[in-house]
Amino acid sequence: MAIPSDIETTFLFGRLNLHAIPADPIVWVTFVFVAIGGAGLLWLLTKYKWWGYLWTEWFTSVDHKKIGIMYIVLALIMFVRGFADAIMMRLQQVLAFNGSEGYLNAHHYDQIFTAHGVIMIFFVAMPFVTGLMNYIVPLQIGARDVSFPFLNNFSFWMTVGGASLTMVSLFIGEFAQTGWLAFPPLSGIGYSPYVGVDYYIWGLQVAGVGTTLSGINLLVTIIKMRAPGMTMMRMPVFTWTALCTNILIVASFPVLTATLVLLTLDRYLGTNFFTNDLGGNPMMYINLIWIWGHPEVYILILPLFGVFSEITATFTGKRLFGYTSMVYATVCITVLSYLVWLHHFFTMGSGASVNSFFGITTMIISIPTGAKIFNWLFTMYRGRIRFELPMMWTVAFMLTFVLGGMTGVLLAVPPADFVVHNSLFLVAHFHNVIIGGVLFGCFAAVNYWWPKAFGFKLDPFWGKVSFWFWVVGFWVAFMPLYLLGLMGVTRRVRVFDDPSLQIWFIIAAIGAVMIAIGIAAMFLQFYVSIRNREKLRDDSGDPWEGRTLEWATSSPPPDYNFAFTPVSHGLDTWWDMKRFGQTRPRATYIPIHMPKSTGTGVIISALCTICGFALIWYIWWLAILSFVGVVAVAIAHTFNYDRDFHIPADVVKTTEDERDRVLATLPAAQPAIQGV
Amino acid sequence: MAQQHGHTAHHDDAHGHDDGHDHGSFKSYMTGFVLSVILTAIPFALVMSGGFESRLWTALVVVAFAAAQVFVHMVYFLHMNTSSEEGWTMLSLIFTVIVVVIMLAGSLWVMYHLNTNMMPQMNHEALGIGS
Amino acid sequence: MSQVHTTAPGDFWETEPHHHEDGASTSVGFWIYLMSDCLMFAVLFACFGVLGGSYAAGPGPQDLFDLNLIALNTAFLLISSITFGFAMLRMMLNDQRGTLIWLFITLLFGLAFLAVEIYEFHHLIHVGAGPQRSAFLSSFFALVGTHGLHVAFGSIWLVTLMVQVSQRGLIPANRRRLMCLSMFWHFLDVIWIGVFTFVYLLGMI
Repeated sequence: MAIPSDIETTFLFGRLNLHAIPADPIVWVTFVFVAIGGAGLLWLLTKYKWWGYLWTEWFTSVDHKKIGIMYIVLALIMFVRGFADAIMMRLQQVLAFNGSEGYLNAHHYDQIFTAHGVIMIFFVAMPFVTGLMNYIVPLQIGARDVSFPFLNNFSFWMTVGGASLTMVSLFIGEFAQTGWLAFPPLSGIGYSPYVGVDYYIWGLQVAGVGTTLSGINLLVTIIKMRAPGMTMMRMPVFTWTALCTNILIVASFPVLTATLVLLTLDRYLGTNFFTNDLGGNPMMYINLIWIWGHPEVYILILPLFGVFSEITATFTGKRLFGYTSMVYATVCITVLSYLVWLHHFFTMGSGASVNSFFGITTMIISIPTGAKIFNWLFTMYRGRIRFELPMMWTVAFMLTFVLGGMTGVLLAVPPADFVVHNSLFLVAHFHNVIIGGVLFGCFAAVNYWWPKAFGFKLDPFWGKVSFWFWVVGFWVAFMPLYLLGLMGVTRRVRVFDDPSLQIWFIIAAIGAVMIAIGIAAMFLQFYVSIRNREKLRDDSGDPWEGRTLEWATSSPPPDYNFAFTPVSHGLDTWWDMKRFGQTRPRATYIPIHMPKSTGTGVIISALCTICGFALIWYIWWLAILSFVGVVAVAIAHTFNYDRDFHIPADVVKTTEDERDRVLATLPAAQPAIQGV
Repeated sequence: MAQQHGHTAHHDDAHGHDDGHDHGSFKSYMTGFVLSVILTAIPFALVMSGGFESRLWTALVVVAFAAAQVFVHMVYFLHMNTSSEEGWTMLSLIFTVIVVVIMLAGSLWVMYHLNTNMMPQMNHEALGIGS
Repeated sequence: MSQVHTTAPGDFWETEPHHHEDGASTSVGFWIYLMSDCLMFAVLFACFGVLGGSYAAGPGPQDLFDLNLIALNTAFLLISSITFGFAMLRMMLNDQRGTLIWLFITLLFGLAFLAVEIYEFHHLIHVGAGPQRSAFLSSFFALVGTHGLHVAFGSIWLVTLMVQVSQRGLIPANRRRLMCLSMFWHFLDVIWIGVFTFVYLLGMI
């Protein structure tokens, strides 16, 4: 692999030159496919003149629903990339036995495991949960949009910018070879002299700005924009978990930002925060990054706990068991998640008192999580459970996640952690909770809320195919890793000496192939559903007999969400509305105040991305120019005071009359709703 | 650039046009300013004059003055109180303080422990190679 | 909240138009942003706390800092805080000219603070105590420099707002923005209390 040994820097292009193109046939083939696919996509967009539509209706939109969908599209695209990395690693570890080097050289393999982790966490899981919260939270609290709609659009495009930088690293230069958290001194300039770690840093920084701002935005939305009567203890559980997640985002992403800034200073200016000499201390980086890192895992899982709560209550036809305890458990987790970070580096050697403190707090944090599991089980107990796809994913989650949770408590015991630290046991554990919790939750959420977003249900057949391949595939792929970890195999290993291990890697690879089929079936499910959308259409707006306010409006909801403001008189407001026959308000429609679309968010984040690229390649003039551009465009934006408009009353009336007409064609009464 | 459009249903109509924020008065600003000057001047004077016999005591007094001054700024300049924004500003401040304390105390504790468990025979400080 | 109603507890829809003030979320949103900024500074303080004693056989605080200069700087920032307060008081009285004058005075003190800080940094680098010298100096420059950067951006924002106030007057949007900037400015003063106490005063004991 050609890392230029002495990197020439020119004024015009910085470190960027022809050597930056990776000398790796695998990358070339990928590039050819991406180029053909990309060109085809561009051609289609141009041929059907979709550019204008995309720009005005989507890219510049400040509508939380469209932004939510765009987040999830981004997550799905990046998911394919992240999974491609995963399956390449599985294949390498199958082949690299008996003297074989496998098919990936060390430089490439190290980039792959780094990129896999970074992409899956930052550009799949984060956009997925942010997209879900964006779409659902304003609907659930009866609001018309988020508190700061422009900021919402800007946050999304910053996330796209970060993802783009990460993707560009595949074809221009290299990605970090450090593991997903880029620990120094390996990530310092001495051991990572080329652009890999810089791509990592600037990709995360650009995306991190978006994440923090979107966290503030959703937090304020939940605090300030709830429907009249919706007190804190009447909020749907998903909104509660979204609230706690955004608190965690706002209170932890600045830590990541600051820590990465310090690493940047070490790399760019030669400071000594995390170096080995002149007083620097690499362990300080590890300490700081995990102060962000542990809350981060709860940022990922909490909203999905909310999703499972909504789904369990809906598909058992009962009020959620222990709503209050669910809320307190969520709040407990939020606070406790700041007290456990050291369990990620018990082996650092900080001594018995420190390790036992953090071991105990880690065991304590599993208690509220366990309480939640029991709440879901008691909700299901004696309920009339409908095993539709969202509920199936929920049950699969409970079975899978409990195992992951228990191996987590095992790892919380410091002496046990010393044995399996950095082993495949750990890798199996966090995939167990992240796939079993976060991903299964995302799939449950997609199946649950797709009809709300698009007006038709997802095809159940291909959904079930995807479900079974995913769930079985997960168990086949990761149980061998637990065993290998207990046998002492460390993570991130490229070549193996002991041939007796190979069989386990083969089993894991079979599991990965099953997951691949599951993913393919999921995309097929989307395709088939869109093709058969007339057959799967749901005009009621409430296909699952839902309980919360997002089901009170049409599917998809109009731009303004609700023509009139809903009023809450208790938990499960929509359920109450149905019970008391107040599903449709009758009154004279009034004009609705809405924010205008704007392209400023796209422009600023494009400039930020260019600035990041310029900094990665030491193209100083471009970095300065684009940074000045960012400040100038931001200031110019504040001179525009004309930012909103009114949807006229007759437009609202037309929309709502059409909705009345559609509802009238539906079979008369909705299923009888009994108390509770 | 933060602007607000939502214009939606709201639970705090009782607040009406009040943005829930206290802007202070001339008197409160001056009180805050005079207190701040005093609370700044004393620790500066203390340290510049050499401080107490015990360095620890000097440090504690200086930190106590800082804490008092932060409090003064919060009350008189940032107009913190328990009622603005229905207590959300206060709640978020308390949460932030808790996280900051955890982060500072935790980092110092963890890193101090790490350092004391390093090989004791090496005097890193004098060698200038890490501490 | 868990009782089961048998009759409707009230209307479920609010059909009357109701006035709602623009920007009601801005102040709480900006406050939360400040809290997140506070955590960024907490990281820098933690770094200074852990690495602040690692002089790497180089100069320490006693060799480098001049408390007279810091006292002067602290005075500049504190005065700029009260002048911003006066600007806000003029704003509440709808006095556009008065607001602008006090904002301008605030800007001058902010720039004076920055000038002194740049002089200090320049001096330190000149005597060989740059950020590369030791972990102590790295964390010193990062902490104090980040605060300085905030003041610099606050000053740019201040100028922008002065232009906007003189163009459009004290309209609600501009009042909201002034209120956010005043929170930002006072917040930076609070951070500075931490800086002069933990970095300078404790370093010089």
